[in-house]
Amino acid sequence: MSASAAPAAPVAPAAPAAPIAPAAPSTAAPLLARPAVQRVFWPLLVAVLLLGLWQGLVVVFKLPVFLVPSPLRVAEVMVTDAGLLFGALFVTLKITLLAFFCATLLGVAIAFAFVQSRVVEIALFPYAVLLQVTPIVAIAPLIIIWVKDPTASLVICATLVALFPIIANTTLGLRSVNPGLMSYFKLNRATRWQTLVRLRIPSALPYFFGGLRISSGLALIGAVVAEFVAGTGGTGTGLAYQILQAGYQLNIPRMFAALILITVTGVLLFALMAMLSNWALGSWHESEQHHE
Amino acid sequence: MTGLAGVSGVSAFPEPAAAGSGDVPAVEVLSAEKTYPNGTRALLPVDLTVRQGEFVTLLGPSGCGKSTLLKMVAGLLAPSDGRILLWRKPVAQAEASGHRLSFVFQEATLMPWARVAANVRLPLDLAGVPRAEADERVHEALQMVGLDKFAGNLPRELSGGMQMRVSIARGLVTHPTLLLMDEPFGALDEITRYRLDSDLLELWQRKKLTVIFVTHSIFEAVYLSTRVVVMAARPGRMVDELRIDEPFPRGAAFRVSTVFSGYARQLQDSLQRASGSPADEALA
Repeated sequence: MSASAAPAAPVAPAAPAAPIAPAAPSTAAPLLARPAVQRVFWPLLVAVLLLGLWQGLVVVFKLPVFLVPSPLRVAEVMVTDAGLLFGALFVTLKITLLAFFCATLLGVAIAFAFVQSRVVEIALFPYAVLLQVTPIVAIAPLIIIWVKDPTASLVICATLVALFPIIANTTLGLRSVNPGLMSYFKLNRATRWQTLVRLRIPSALPYFFGGLRISSGLALIGAVVAEFVAGTGGTGTGLAYQILQAGYQLNIPRMFAALILITVTGVLLFALMAMLSNWALGSWHESEQHHE
Repeated sequence: MTGLAGVSGVSAFPEPAAAGSGDVPAVEVLSAEKTYPNGTRALLPVDLTVRQGEFVTLLGPSGCGKSTLLKMVAGLLAPSDGRILLWRKPVAQAEASGHRLSFVFQEATLMPWARVAANVRLPLDLAGVPRAEADERVHEALQMVGLDKFAGNLPRELSGGMQMRVSIARGLVTHPTLLLMDEPFGALDEITRYRLDSDLLELWQRKKLTVIFVTHSIFEAVYLSTRVVVMAARPGRMVDELRIDEPFPRGAAFRVSTVFSGYARQLQDSLQRASGSPADEALA
């Protein structure tokens, strides 16, 4: 074996140079082939292309800034008005997170009540649906009138919007127990509490996290819509208020900047929920397995 | 092994009280039948006595009520008429006799979020067995099925056969005297099934278990059982019984012996007679 390997070395004097040339593509290719990189790379490429197109169109057709500002102009405003915009973002984010937290807590509590008793579910479920289908813009003025504290009224509105998916998903999850395992628990004379903690709650987690993903976005939408309705009469500092104000003043670049902040916040919230879900379920649930 | 049921108050799961109560039948099915409220007759009245230490197989095509009968013995279903006694006591009070039954389902029915050790520990956790004792039992049970190296794995990381072994370990961890198995190896490939069959027989002998095993495979029934109960469908009923008087341990050679095919032939004929159709259907 060593005898045959020995002559091979001197035959290729270019050996040290050879690995360098193929090395570049061989490391670059796997990087792009990685699913994690792909999930960032391709959407980013689309974003760059779209922004480029947008910028190009604005420049070529000489569109006035009060109609469609160019991406660069919006970026400029994002920097010059940073204090104002990010302050507003902080207010909106605070309402969003508070509402999301309340919706999660309340939604889970209601789901547990539903699962404990069919009668409770039958009696109350139509009202949960009623809450869901009533447009928040229609009841927001009432809530804003009834609740003195502006932050509290906005949080209530956003909570109402975000609540339903958590109730529906968690209830479904708590009921979606493998019948075989249910029989096994019954056979071993498990108490109601044991069945809840050891079987129902773990079984419900994938559904619950699905609900969280939807509700995180809805909490943000609820917060923004409530701010819009409250308008100048509300706290007057959130992103929706900035959009309203910018609209009155025809400050379109600032309007776009605020809009982008809202969108980015929504995407980040969704991503955060996805990460949380992956962290909690990644090891065992099918939805978090990434098959190549 | 002389310990009797009298001391059962000490531990949640005492060692099986074996020798002393040898003549008490483990299972008595007394004209038990099952008719569903919609009128479907799942099982006509059945009489069956299973003595301790027997390995009884319920053999029959789909819809013959074999699973129904097994679930009634386990107390998962109530007979619509007739009675079922375990160690001379009604099913619900059977554990007062110091005995315990375990049920192994057709699927492994493991908790996908829990590691193998936690899955096997489940019945002990539900019964409130102290953690240290439970862990020791889990280790012992996993050793019995040859999976002690996989205690820290999640179910999905194991093959189907290994998951079934975990399920059996979970069945054994409570030190049962009666093991009820509902087509436990039905979803496995034939080679894995053969291995698990012989492993099961070894456990049955070593632990002096009483087993009621449900299957639709004639060959599995002959290989495993001391007695085969033949059942037929539409309506589900018991039609025949066959004693397999062959010594244990039964090696691989038994599977291809003429004696083996003789028994298989008899069961096939019996199934054919009961269904009035080619026996190949029952084999499928």
